[in-house]
Amino acid sequence: MNSINIISKKSLVPGLLGVILILLATLPLYASNYIVILLTSIIMYIILTVSWAIFSGPTGYISLAPAAFFGIGLYTAAILGKALPLPLVIISAGVITFLVALLVGAVTLRLRGIYFAIFTFGLVELIKHLLLWYEVNITHTRGRFVIVVDNTTIFYVILIIFVLLLLTAFFIRRSKFGLALQSIGENEEAAAHIGINVTTLKVITFAVSAIFMGAAGAIMATRWTYIDPYIAFNPLFSFMPVLMAIFGGLGQFYGPVLGAAIFAYLEEILLTQFPYYYMLLFGIILVVAILFLPTGLVGLIQRRWKRGLAGENANT
Amino acid sequence: MPILEGTNIYKHFGGLAAVANVSFHVGQGEILGLIGPNGAGKTTLFNLISGALVADSGNIWFREKNITTMKPHSICREGLARTFQSVKIFANMTTMENVVLGTLFGASTRIATLDVKGEASGLLEFVGISAQSAVLAKDLTLVKQKQLEVARALATKPVLLLLDELMAGLNPKEVEEAMTLVTRIRDKGITIIMIEHVMKAIMGICDRIMVLHHGEKIAEGTPQEIANSETVIKVYLGE
Amino acid sequence: MITTILDVAIAGLLLGGLYALIAMGLSLQYGVARVLNISHGEFLMVGAFLTWFLYTVLKINPLLSLVICGPLLFIIGFLLHRTMFTRLRTSSATTGAYEGSSMLAAFGLLFIVQNSALIIWGSKISGYSYLATTVNIWGALFAANRLVTLAFAIAIGLAFYLFLARTRLGKAIRAAAQDPMTAGLMGVNINQVLAICFGFGAAMAGLAGLLISMCYPINAAMGLEYTIIAIIVVVLGGLGSIPGSFIGGFILGIIGSIVIYLQPGLALAAYYVIFIVLLLVKPTGILGR
Repeated sequence: MNSINIISKKSLVPGLLGVILILLATLPLYASNYIVILLTSIIMYIILTVSWAIFSGPTGYISLAPAAFFGIGLYTAAILGKALPLPLVIISAGVITFLVALLVGAVTLRLRGIYFAIFTFGLVELIKHLLLWYEVNITHTRGRFVIVVDNTTIFYVILIIFVLLLLTAFFIRRSKFGLALQSIGENEEAAAHIGINVTTLKVITFAVSAIFMGAAGAIMATRWTYIDPYIAFNPLFSFMPVLMAIFGGLGQFYGPVLGAAIFAYLEEILLTQFPYYYMLLFGIILVVAILFLPTGLVGLIQRRWKRGLAGENANT
Repeated sequence: MPILEGTNIYKHFGGLAAVANVSFHVGQGEILGLIGPNGAGKTTLFNLISGALVADSGNIWFREKNITTMKPHSICREGLARTFQSVKIFANMTTMENVVLGTLFGASTRIATLDVKGEASGLLEFVGISAQSAVLAKDLTLVKQKQLEVARALATKPVLLLLDELMAGLNPKEVEEAMTLVTRIRDKGITIIMIEHVMKAIMGICDRIMVLHHGEKIAEGTPQEIANSETVIKVYLGE
Repeated sequence: MITTILDVAIAGLLLGGLYALIAMGLSLQYGVARVLNISHGEFLMVGAFLTWFLYTVLKINPLLSLVICGPLLFIIGFLLHRTMFTRLRTSSATTGAYEGSSMLAAFGLLFIVQNSALIIWGSKISGYSYLATTVNIWGALFAANRLVTLAFAIAIGLAFYLFLARTRLGKAIRAAAQDPMTAGLMGVNINQVLAICFGFGAAMAGLAGLLISMCYPINAAMGLEYTIIAIIVVVLGGLGSIPGSFIGGFILGIIGSIVIYLQPGLALAAYYVIFIVLLLVKPTGILGR
């Protein structure tokens, strides 16, 4: 009975993943423009959420920086978009966010988690202020226009970033580093005492996770066409990944993906009709999730699944 | 050359001296006992040795290397491991995963993946928790959690092991088993320093004993000498 | 030259007084109730808008609104803690887990409060004019509302400090901050005390918002920046030290005033530089343990 479950589960997930990827890769061929744009947004949020979960999930160090990294990506595209070809722009955005995250991590991750959380919390506002000052005093412009890229290209770029992210997340989770990250979340002092260089591991993992946020920002900028510091550095892009990851559940790999898909879709349909109301609703959902759904949707499903199995076993 | 040596170690917290002018040495293959009333500074001394804290002044030498300001993970790689007074296992990971982490990161030489599982299994058997290898650490009994901590520490291939109150909370039979485990570890060539309140264990297996009180070393010697020392008796009875 | 220095100094004191008030509220919530309330600035914004509403619609003098805003925000904070945060505290396995989840809950609260304000009052910038006359002191001209704000900020801060040091409830609060379990054993109703602290914190934020609305324009997104500044002040003063937040507020205020005079728009960046230096050199802050 159990072995059948394990076998079917083990081949189910990769199989399903493969099918989904093929469907996505061929999407522009058969789907409408609206669907392509919608899925681009959804995948963007999945990228932000899964990147966030790579570090904050196992270690318990809550990062509120996704908006900052996403914004850096947006602005990099705005600044470099006319000078460099698109692939280089994306890669540059990834490199720059990596370096910024490395710096942030080096300063804060030697200390207790609370310092990291509050430092990343203020990062969005800080970078926004710096850019505003720079634009007012140095360049005397306000905002920038971004190069225009067609929707199909945007979709494929975001898909590539997504696949690379999934591979990275999978590799980290299955490797000894994934195990070590988890042990840091369980008991950091003990982890340090069995030979794990906790600070270096935290900083590098955090910096690597930031790359994808920056890259995603760079490509999404081409959809906005005009950005300024207020548009680019919006705390909402830190809020959404956190909401999605927590609602989806951090225990399993697909929790964040599920949460991201649900809320990205919800945002899409509510955004135009009820601009502030949907954010209010999401805020309430986050609070409710933290209070009543600590293991997330995935945790809830798992508990029901186990209860279902137990019921079946009782009958046989 | 002593395997571990501390000279004139001081550690203050606020205005209080947790460790004051403590000097000590441990010989290769010894079992050194560290005793003293609560708050004497024993665990603080362990924290200073293992790198969890940095001494305000003084030096600590391990295998002739100055480890006073080294980080815990580096000290572990040098061959010094420890257990904790309040058991610090990785609660939501399995027993096997706990030990495997020690094997993967603690030793200074690299091992192929196959060996990792095998080594870890061997250690689980050595301490006696093979049957629980797939159980989540938080679901183990206290005794088995302590055994797990020992196995995990041993996985880092230490030459010196610090045991912090291994026997606390154990019944007499479990204490006997723990004492056997400690001597078996020493028989593998590992030097041991143990903080204990269980006098039977200290007197039974230690080669030498060091006594701390209010952060200072007040006595040092064989179990016999310590048992007969007036200073020690006064400290323990006077408390 | 002298007038410039006086200008900057007074502006620094004013800013410092506001920062001290806001930071003390946050320090209460984190130091005692162990909630890192990153929605703190939103309560400030609510206090500001409430005052604006009371003045422009109901013609109630802002200084009189003090007695409306303070208690109202206290009650809101108290209820929020009694319902949300108490439940989180009792269901969290460790203090670390509670700190994390309460911060995230506060993050949710931030979006709830800010968007509620956006729905009610819109995203435009509002403001009103009160006591905008100038006062002449030793030849230098100051806006009356700013002087009044400064006086009230310091007065509220000192009053609260004395409350903590002298009254029975204040001592209970300090006991709960030091050692919640023992305080509980000694008869202190921990849940009440923590909720009261949280309520006081919210009240102080609201009062700061009231004072700010007298001098500066307000908008629904104003809270975030103040939250960040309050956090930096709390770290500067020492996490968990209320006197530290008081002192730290003034230090940051004076530095901010100087930076604003030299290069407006870089104040937050200057605060962050201080933040980074703190984290690298002495994370426990000036008076922190």
